[in-house]
Amino acid sequence: MDALLLARIQFGFTISFHIVFPALTIGLASYLAVLESLWLRTRRQVYLDLYHFWIRPFAVAFGMGVVSGIVMAYQFGTNWSEFSRFAGGVTGPLLAYEVLTAFFLEAGFLGVMLFGMQRVGPALHWLSTVAVALGTLISATWILASNSWMHTPQGYAIVDGRVVPVDWLAVIWNPSFPYRLTHMVIAAFIATALVVGGGAAWHLLRGRDNEPVRVMLSMALWMLLAAAPLQALVGDAHGLNTLEHQPAKLAAIEGHWQNHPGEGVPLILFGWPDMQAETTRWKLEIPRAGSLLLTRSWDGQIPALKDFAPADRPNSAVVFWTFRAMVGLGFLMIALALAGLALRRGARLYRTRWFLRFMLLMGPSGLVALLAGWLTTEIGRQPWIVHGLMRTADAVSPIGAAPVAFSLAMFVVVYFFVFGAGSVYLLRLVARGPAVAESREPVSGGPGQPRTPARPLSAAPQALSAAAGEG
Amino acid sequence: MGIDLPLLWAVIILFGVMMYVVMDGFDLGIGLMFPFFHATADRDVMMNTVAPVWDGNETWLVLGGAGLLAAFPLAYSVVLNAFYLPLTLMLVGLIFRGVAFEFRFKASPDRRWLWDRAFIGGSLVATFFQGVTLGGFIEGVAVRNGRYAGGALDWLSAFSVFTGLGLIAAYALLGSTWLVMKTDGSLQLRMRALARKLAWLLLLFIGAISVFTPLAHERIAERWFTWPNLLWFSPVPLLVLVSMRQLLSSLRDDDSHVAPFLLTLALVFLGYSGLGISLWPNIVPPDISIREAAGPPQSLGFTLVGALLIIPMILMYTAWGYWVFRGKVRAGDGYH
Repeated sequence: MDALLLARIQFGFTISFHIVFPALTIGLASYLAVLESLWLRTRRQVYLDLYHFWIRPFAVAFGMGVVSGIVMAYQFGTNWSEFSRFAGGVTGPLLAYEVLTAFFLEAGFLGVMLFGMQRVGPALHWLSTVAVALGTLISATWILASNSWMHTPQGYAIVDGRVVPVDWLAVIWNPSFPYRLTHMVIAAFIATALVVGGGAAWHLLRGRDNEPVRVMLSMALWMLLAAAPLQALVGDAHGLNTLEHQPAKLAAIEGHWQNHPGEGVPLILFGWPDMQAETTRWKLEIPRAGSLLLTRSWDGQIPALKDFAPADRPNSAVVFWTFRAMVGLGFLMIALALAGLALRRGARLYRTRWFLRFMLLMGPSGLVALLAGWLTTEIGRQPWIVHGLMRTADAVSPIGAAPVAFSLAMFVVVYFFVFGAGSVYLLRLVARGPAVAESREPVSGGPGQPRTPARPLSAAPQALSAAAGEG
Repeated sequence: MGIDLPLLWAVIILFGVMMYVVMDGFDLGIGLMFPFFHATADRDVMMNTVAPVWDGNETWLVLGGAGLLAAFPLAYSVVLNAFYLPLTLMLVGLIFRGVAFEFRFKASPDRRWLWDRAFIGGSLVATFFQGVTLGGFIEGVAVRNGRYAGGALDWLSAFSVFTGLGLIAAYALLGSTWLVMKTDGSLQLRMRALARKLAWLLLLFIGAISVFTPLAHERIAERWFTWPNLLWFSPVPLLVLVSMRQLLSSLRDDDSHVAPFLLTLALVFLGYSGLGISLWPNIVPPDISIREAAGPPQSLGFTLVGALLIIPMILMYTAWGYWVFRGKVRAGDGYH
């Protein structure tokens, strides 16, 4: 294997591990803000209990996200030094702002949120929670601005073979940014709702039926009912944006090789795109449905893969299927949300076992769909690293394959060990509760004290091995 | 003529790296001290002396990396290619150290040894490879057309291994004097004895590096030994000797608790300044200066706004944390 392929595998591996934690952090922060708002408004104990229960998994996810993020900040230089040389003028400042935002949060509101409920008034504490929730969204904004710029670059000039930002507003508000940001944030909310709902279903299936568990399930399903259909609409708009700015990616997603004069584009449901033979084999298609979906007309056409030189085509076999995995899971989520709505009458929701099993099974599906979506958009951008400006093959560091192979092997071992332990801990925390009156034993800490916001993991005091047995 | 953005950014990054070396130095040093203390109670106290502060210390490492990419993309890409392996190993060491820190407190007693080893190994690997990178950096990086032009193992030399060991001595001294400040009783006494040996060891390393670098590199000899530089820079080695003398006597004085740590900080700062004098204004020795490596002014200016707003806040917050946490840590103060 050459350095390019190894570097791509390494990036895919490390970022896939990383993104799971920020996605949960974004979702849980907003969930906590909603819980605290409901507590202040209704003064129902259950909301406060849930707040204290979910703040621990939130802290662990935050900590894991920070640790796995350090590696990302250095990988742009180790494996992708030509990219950093070329585009560092745009991506560097955006990354730096993300880092500064995260540290600003740690230094400011995270401490009050994690440890301050006994010390500051309810209004100030609520404000801190909301600020942390907003902060996670601002962090996501910086990163997605940088990533979207790589898909749809604008606001730059090329001077001496390097990108120079000319108009920062144009750089940040590049054409695909609003769609990508909305799509990602909703995906984080959905993924978190499914994890929360899956946790509740697990408890209910084991006969642990209490008010916090019920409220967890109910809130997760309301969230899903609102967000899953909305995500379908946003995803559709994002797809049309891709058609406009990255038509080769869209053709690859659809496995669409060739247009025939005057004929509408079919929608291929399943099939196997063959890059060598330049066709999609064994396809099951609906005539004209592609035209209808993508051009909103009976016989509209979209650019086909054969319209692009073979060297400019993304791997259709991969993105065809990652896209269908994402969309398929999306439809299952909508079905889950609708089933949940139907079962609300008479509170059957909490005792219908097939539904609870379905909910439990869908627990990780939000994160899987999120990864499938990222694989689709990133592999779909190939062969470009910055669309139309720099090819991925030209972006890789001018070093041999050996160091990349060595570091990849090391990261694989370390990640499974470290983030494996972290994920097990996270799952055990969820499996432990929530209990009624969870909030009687709040965790205290702060700057200069044993538990601090700079070590978010310290906010989850449960033992690593015994967490499952308690409560 | 506006503000000199590359200079300002060089100062910010130099400051960030120094904050990192000073602050992560002593908590990596705790890990280096672990093998000398086997009792669980001692180890608990040692870890508790840094628990409230250590992770904030790594802030500066991430800030340094992101800042370097934003302000000096060329230096970022050359340095990370040249020191690919040692920096990757350093990151892996830091990950292990960090996770061991959290999970040691959460693990059951029969599994604690596993996290203790991860803590020691992580600290050792991270420190050694930081020092190796430093040595390779002083020796210079092969650059052609603004790109790294050397091999994957160019950083490996007798000198870089020597600086790697030297940094272990430096961080161990920082760790042991930090513990002199934060502990008392027999733990502190044993720490004082260890720190004295480490101080002599460090003096040996500093002396050897100070003699070797000007001999091996003409540019560095020229920087130090031409007039009037000689006059301006001569206080640096003199202050090193004075601080070392004070340090050794303060370690013998049982009433002196804070001075050993402050004097070690002074030593580290002097060593850092010495390196800065040798290498300035190059951001990648021997050829690339901060001006050549700087990104477009639009990028530097844009990022500067955020840095100047947020870095002072991080500093104030850090100071507050240390202030709240001042004083001795004793056995039984444990909270986990």
